[in-house]
Amino acid sequence: MKQLIDISKELFESKQVGYIIGYAEDKFKRVKPFVAYSSLDTERFVFNNNSVNNLAVYLTRLPKAKEGKIGIVAKGCDIKSIIALIQENQIKRDDVIIIGVNCNSVVNQIDEQFSKENTAIKCKYCQVRTPAHYDYLVGEIKEVELPEDKNFAIMQKLDSMSAEEKWNFWEAEFEKCVKCYACRQVCPLCYCEQCIVDKSMPRWIDSSATTKGNFAWNMIRAFHLSGRCIGCNECERACPAEIPLSLLNRKMGMVAINEFNYRHGTDINQPTLIGNYNVNDKEDFIM
Amino acid sequence: MENEKFEPKIVAFVCNWCTYTGADLAGTSRLKQQTNARLIRVPCTGRIDPVFIIKAFEKGADGVLVSGCHPNDCHYNTGNFHARRRWIFFRQLLDFVGIDSSRLYFSWVSASEGKKWVDVVDGVINSVREKGPFNGYKKLNKEIEIPVK
Repeated sequence: MKQLIDISKELFESKQVGYIIGYAEDKFKRVKPFVAYSSLDTERFVFNNNSVNNLAVYLTRLPKAKEGKIGIVAKGCDIKSIIALIQENQIKRDDVIIIGVNCNSVVNQIDEQFSKENTAIKCKYCQVRTPAHYDYLVGEIKEVELPEDKNFAIMQKLDSMSAEEKWNFWEAEFEKCVKCYACRQVCPLCYCEQCIVDKSMPRWIDSSATTKGNFAWNMIRAFHLSGRCIGCNECERACPAEIPLSLLNRKMGMVAINEFNYRHGTDINQPTLIGNYNVNDKEDFIM
Repeated sequence: MENEKFEPKIVAFVCNWCTYTGADLAGTSRLKQQTNARLIRVPCTGRIDPVFIIKAFEKGADGVLVSGCHPNDCHYNTGNFHARRRWIFFRQLLDFVGIDSSRLYFSWVSASEGKKWVDVVDGVINSVREKGPFNGYKKLNKEIEIPVK
């Protein structure tokens, strides 16, 4: 990734950036998020099929650069979440320098070899392998074979189930939740200073890991992301209990597309869906 | 218990300016209505966080009614428009996780529509009575009950 390192070095040398968020290998050759604070650090930057993390999450978590902007290395899907953050006024476009990377899909299981079977499901319908928005673009597009979309089959099965069967399906899934909130911490769009689950007066969502509280937590998280989730599937990847959280988010994304023809994170100037309204929104469900 | 006739528990979230006043009008006009609905007064339908509705189901409601001002009549001008857009998502989310969204009712009832309020409440109570109790959460509540020795 000489191109990536050259651009990063140039950004540091021209003092445009305070730090650059990217990927680097640790001593076990595992690709991890890495923040470069000097042009020397940029030597360690890599980008390959193991660069799974959505680095946009650090834009709202890390302190602002002392001088200069924040540089970020991002795949197409990560750039969608950066655009989403700009749309929601969490960061300013002028404060970030986006180094877009042409992505040849990423792995599903991190420690295994990249192959057709071991490709993340989100890559199946990816429309942004070449990012839609960037300051610099690096990397080349290669032809890749993509796996079956298992989640779509599950969704179709769920849609044909009765309410009780669906409830039983989710009860078995949510039972596993241990309320570690990894899904929240890894999500670039979960940036609330105080999450509703942490509010204790009144306590709206049971904080103990009971199935009842897990239902409320996962439903409310899905609701708070409805019309906002850009489908990076980081929550599902981070979940230690392997709950198929992407199904919930994908369902809500489909509602946004079907009802409003809206995709979050595609256009910086587009007003957000939740938080705005249209007088002519449908109301066939209201008596 | 099982032999007892099922009486549904309905929680109604109503806005202060229209539906609550409308329900009040129904009362002062001496209109007869069934009494299964517990009214909770909120400033505006825009104030209703979906977590309220989940909480109501958790606490044993068999149906939830949400009611507010007609579009363009909102006391705060846009509260009900924001709420309406939220509900479009929330209904489909409930359906997806297996809480039948037909247990969640929405209506616009203005301050002068005492008769409409009675019709809405009676309609909701009757249709929930037909559906029967909502058992999903009742099962989960047993899980965390502390056995009394």
